[in-house]
Amino acid sequence: MFETLTERMGTTLRRLRGRGRLSDANMRDALREVRMALIEADVALEVVGTFTERVREKVLGQEVLRSLTPDQEVVRAVRDELCSLMGNENAELALNVPPPAVILVAGLQGSGKTTTVAKLSRWLRQEHRRKVLVASCDVYRPAAIEQLRVLAGEAGVEFFPSRSGEDPVDIATRARAEAKRRHQDVLLLDTAGRMHVDSGMMDEVRRIHAVAEPVETLFVVDSMTGQDAASVARAFDRSLPLSGVVLTKTDGDARGGAALSIRQVTGKPIKFLGVGEKLDALQAFHPDRMASRILGMGDVLGLIEEAERKIDREKAKKFADKFAKGKRFDLEDFGEQIRQMRNMGGISSLLDKLPGTGQLPEHAKSRINDTEFVKFEAMINSMTVQERRFPALIKGSRKRRIAAGSGTRIQDVNRLLKQFAQMQKMMKRVRRKGGIGRMAQGLTGHALPGFPGRG
Amino acid sequence: MPFTRTDSARDGARKAGGFFGRLKAALGRTRSALVGRLGALLAGRRVLDEQLVEDMETVLLSADVGIEATRRIIDDLRRRAAAGRAGDEAALGAALREAMVEILAPVCRPLRVSDAAPFVILMVGVNGTGKTTSAAKLAHRFKHDGRRVLLAAGDTFRAAAIEQLQTWGERLNVPVIAQHSGADSASVVYDALSSARARGTDLLIADTAGRLHTQSGLMEELKKVRRVIKKLDPDAPHETLLVIDASTGQNALVQARQFTEAVEVSGLVLTKLDGTAKGGIIFAIAQTLEIPIRYVGVGEGLDDLRDFDANEFVDALLEG
Ligand SMILES: Nc1nc2c(ncn2[C@@H]2O[C@H](COP(=O)(O)OP(=O)(O)O)[C@@H](O)[C@H]2O)c(=O)[nH]1
Ligand SMILES: Nc1nc2c(ncn2[C@@H]2O[C@H](COP(=O)(O)OP(=O)(O)O)[C@@H](O)[C@H]2O)c(=O)[nH]1
Ligand SMILES: [Mg+2]
Ligand SMILES: [Mg+2]
Repeated sequence: MFETLTERMGTTLRRLRGRGRLSDANMRDALREVRMALIEADVALEVVGTFTERVREKVLGQEVLRSLTPDQEVVRAVRDELCSLMGNENAELALNVPPPAVILVAGLQGSGKTTTVAKLSRWLRQEHRRKVLVASCDVYRPAAIEQLRVLAGEAGVEFFPSRSGEDPVDIATRARAEAKRRHQDVLLLDTAGRMHVDSGMMDEVRRIHAVAEPVETLFVVDSMTGQDAASVARAFDRSLPLSGVVLTKTDGDARGGAALSIRQVTGKPIKFLGVGEKLDALQAFHPDRMASRILGMGDVLGLIEEAERKIDREKAKKFADKFAKGKRFDLEDFGEQIRQMRNMGGISSLLDKLPGTGQLPEHAKSRINDTEFVKFEAMINSMTVQERRFPALIKGSRKRRIAAGSGTRIQDVNRLLKQFAQMQKMMKRVRRKGGIGRMAQGLTGHALPGFPGRG
Repeated sequence: MPFTRTDSARDGARKAGGFFGRLKAALGRTRSALVGRLGALLAGRRVLDEQLVEDMETVLLSADVGIEATRRIIDDLRRRAAAGRAGDEAALGAALREAMVEILAPVCRPLRVSDAAPFVILMVGVNGTGKTTSAAKLAHRFKHDGRRVLLAAGDTFRAAAIEQLQTWGERLNVPVIAQHSGADSASVVYDALSSARARGTDLLIADTAGRLHTQSGLMEELKKVRRVIKKLDPDAPHETLLVIDASTGQNALVQARQFTEAVEVSGLVLTKLDGTAKGGIIFAIAQTLEIPIRYVGVGEGLDDLRDFDANEFVDALLEG
């Protein structure tokens, strides 16, 4: 497995820790690691160069806070630099123009343009109460128009029909007129995937842009892209007046160095992240979170936000109240947490977001798997309410019954109870020390209490 | 008459002379980028000085070759230089070519279609890499060879994925076995295999939905497709093709590893080599996983699929 930036930084910083002040020599080592980590994270070489140079200047220059330890200094400088490279805040869409506000998407083949158009249309309709029309100028890829038609139906927005025999520029012209005639607030224009070196196709998208007069021209790019991201982004940015970037498929495990490259090369803000195939899998981009995630500080903020949206608010509130009042954490709560975790994409997607999990060795990560939780849930479902509230009741014959009822073995029940006891202990600690940050630290302590392992 | 890509200026380069011309046109950008720079680097230098090494590393790394594979190639080059076999510019260039070909040679094994009836090919990979398009290109190629081909619309998840494959089927005049959107993918493939047997089809090419290797549930679903195929023929699928987008960075190695673990990938298709992506990650995949690279995709048309050939690939990279 490749060492991710997080893992690498972890190693470097551990090595730096406790060495006293930074010298030119140990800085060189640290920066070499940073450079390699960035390359393995797919940051374009040209960007890596400027990046490490600026970090070096920061750390060795006047901006150093003398109160920090060497590893803190490097972390701070790398983090600051990452943040400033990726822009400083989350940019919104600029839709305050006389309607229809046109949004055009463009990018390479298969990057996620059609899916992103559908996600944006859903978001504009649901969160911003806009009347949205979508249209496809992709007359090349078989069934691309049909794909958008189906997704528009799912998103509950209007669809402007087009056919593969038509001229894409013509489609854009008519869609715009139609949006205006029907008093739609927003028109989203999907386009065919195109190679940046294909001059005919780049010319076509420029002509679409000219007739559509979009307020937003979004470049949609796959977060798994390697070194090529820089040249592709540069070419699209030169052909079209891009207003922002959408980074897709970030639900995978690519480190997403492309985000840095694109941002650096184009100077355009990354406005959204695609975080899944479903239409609600769209998130605003927060540069600081991305920087933190890359550095192994985890995406705790993102996790909280995601949890807030997905979890039934009532249940969350009940849990919080109970927690605040110092009530016991019982198996009922544990079961509920497992269910919510499943809704949020399972343990692996959560692990990625928790701080420090980058430091977990791969074999440990692979032991923390979703099938364990499926078993846990089955066992908890086979318990009586009494048993869930008072797990101490669960002894010999009850264990047998629960195991039989859930299709598991007695050992599984024992493991569940043991993990639960650890979890309960951790919850107590959290309450004492306060805050989710603490809890996260508890979670990443070597033994990962509360997370089932195989043993 | 639909508005086709052929009408656009994009085909200018491709029209220039058949298979080799097209491959070269597609790989030309890679070649000129990599070798143009290397040539400039090498000109007038007689020994592997450290600056030259660093410059070579830069060239390889920016082609997505990755740190580990780059290190190995450079070490190899150092050994060759030390042995006196790479004393001047021309020799160094040849040595680099040799070092690179040696890595790819073991994985340069074209797909041999046995006379299993039918020979089953399963297409797998992450989202948007070109599975469906490559399935259609393969169907086109085998049909051209006079074989009877059947396509299975195993992507029941993505909107209009079924229609996409059906459109290709119509263009190719190849039957497509499909169920409704949302149907069980394993059941579609099972149906298709039964049907292929009944019809005496030579080849079945089964498309599947894109999935990230991190999605354990979806990877389980893929294993199920495989199990179901095995119920009818324990030797099938005879080929499991992992489709990788050439512009993918270091994550492609992780994809290759995870898909191999889940469904025993037996071959790779490297798509979208018609852009500026270098596809250098195949060196790392070749070194660590040794999965044969069967085909490269060099465009969106049915003819834009080539056999992978190590010499050709590296030559196209390194020559003129
Ligand atoms: N996992 C994941 N898949 C995505 C995301 N965005 C798009 N996809 C998938 O990527 C593939 C290509 O997407 P599509 O919208 O057709 O790309 P286009 O060719 O650029 O229009 C499809 O399988 C989508 O479901 C994302 O954020 N996460
Ligand atoms: N330029 C280029 N585009 C390709 C190639 N292979 C596939 N594509 C395009 O990539 C996009 C996604 O392909 P598709 O087969 O639907 O991907 P799937 O999601 O993996 O099935 C489509 O627009 C294809 O036309 C290739 O070799 N070169
Ligand atoms: Mg599309
Ligand atoms: Mg497909």
